[in-house]
Amino acid sequence: MRIVNISIIGFGAVGQGVARSILSKKEYLEKEGIDLRVVGISDSKGSEINTNGIDIESTLLRKKEKGSVATGTENSLDIIRNVNHDIVVETTPTNINNGEPGLSNMRLAFESGMHVVTSNKGPLALHFNELKETAEDNGLLFRYEATVGGAVPIFSLVHEALAGNSVTGIEGILNGTCNYILTRMSEERMPYDLVLKEAQESGIAETDPTYDVEGIDSAIKLVIIANSIFGQNSTYRDVNVTGITKITPEALELANENNYVVKLVCEASGGMLRVAPRLVPKRHPLAVGGTLNVASILTDLAGRITISGKGAGSIETASSILSDILYIVRRS
Amino acid sequence: MIVSMVLELQDIPGQLVLALSPISEFHGNILSVIHKHDEKTPRGTIPVQITFEIEHRVLNNLIDRLEKSGVKVARVGEERLRSTVSIILIGHIVHSDMGDTIDKIDSTGFAEVVDMSLSMPAIERTSSAYLVINAIGEKELGKALDIMKEVADKKDLLLIEPIRLNSVGL
Repeated sequence: MRIVNISIIGFGAVGQGVARSILSKKEYLEKEGIDLRVVGISDSKGSEINTNGIDIESTLLRKKEKGSVATGTENSLDIIRNVNHDIVVETTPTNINNGEPGLSNMRLAFESGMHVVTSNKGPLALHFNELKETAEDNGLLFRYEATVGGAVPIFSLVHEALAGNSVTGIEGILNGTCNYILTRMSEERMPYDLVLKEAQESGIAETDPTYDVEGIDSAIKLVIIANSIFGQNSTYRDVNVTGITKITPEALELANENNYVVKLVCEASGGMLRVAPRLVPKRHPLAVGGTLNVASILTDLAGRITISGKGAGSIETASSILSDILYIVRRS
Repeated sequence: MIVSMVLELQDIPGQLVLALSPISEFHGNILSVIHKHDEKTPRGTIPVQITFEIEHRVLNNLIDRLEKSGVKVARVGEERLRSTVSIILIGHIVHSDMGDTIDKIDSTGFAEVVDMSLSMPAIERTSSAYLVINAIGEKELGKALDIMKEVADKKDLLLIEPIRLNSVGL
């Protein structure tokens, strides 16, 4: 049995999802010959460290009851610096202004000789190439499937499954909240404000929806795609962004009458990055409804490949993270 | 421009090449050739319908050349407005002079707004319009879309254009 020690830095919905997945996949991991131990977990209030492996079940319970995992005062950086482990799972919230605290966590992890798996978009949208190069310089792996498309494996599809192809363009719907709002507006002929309120009440949209509905979240994901897949050195400021706040139910109705749906589409092609509402023919593979995400990848050899799936959710995102962890375990 | 011609060829070998080579000499891009073997004319010639893209200014020279080489040009028609795109505009469309918006496209000479549906829910609310723009070719269609974007920008209208459908060679 191979022992793999990991830390989970940031214990919100995604971090807890990772912990739950590790628990539920115990047998599967054992069959694969992997003893995956979580030796450190931190949240904004403190941390728990156990070099023999944390009892995840009781930590999840403590988090639920007390709102924090803290049994000690060590912070995330202390865990990365002082606790000997192999992989840092960085699941702190995205901060698009300076990437912190994720950026410092990732930098320190690489300096300390640890691989990084993350769902945190901020550091990648701002310093993708720096992080990628630091990882490579230190002979470490940097995996970030969960940053874009939730459960949808866009990066492993392109980098591994489609290896050898040149990608000429990507179109996708990468924000489930916007897709939900546009789908509901179109199906129920309801105005934007009303659908947004409904989405907020059901937890699909945030109290402050700006980040989603103005296309910022989509743009950040597009930047990560551009940097990872096209080797660009782009940041959020390079994206031409239009959100969905001005869309009317009448516009959706007119589109519908003419066999189109309106979707917030991210497009990367020819060095151009754009997020905008677009007309999508109803029968086109990009025309997915509800909170689904989709990416359509244009390649020279394989032609167009389209994948869709759940773009958010604690366990769905954890699926991508677990897959990244296993990728590292099998290759290091 | 895209031109569709019906030529009449004599029913002897080598006639099709005689008809096609002048088109390529004038840098025409042949899009389709329909050889109507079973539709012999009363004159005993065979009609061939050829569609090709060519610069407007060389069209008359091409016709002369064809006639001189013994190919009868029975019919010449411009296939106008072959490319099409649907768009949606959202904003104060009527108050920002819809006529002017359409004119900007129609006055190009290479593109036209051929269909429009307008939805105005209430005076103080923004209206939405669905437009179909046709143009003589893909390049011209792109230009027409650029003009539309500029106009939408100036008039503070949200322009929703389609995804690139057949974007294999992006």
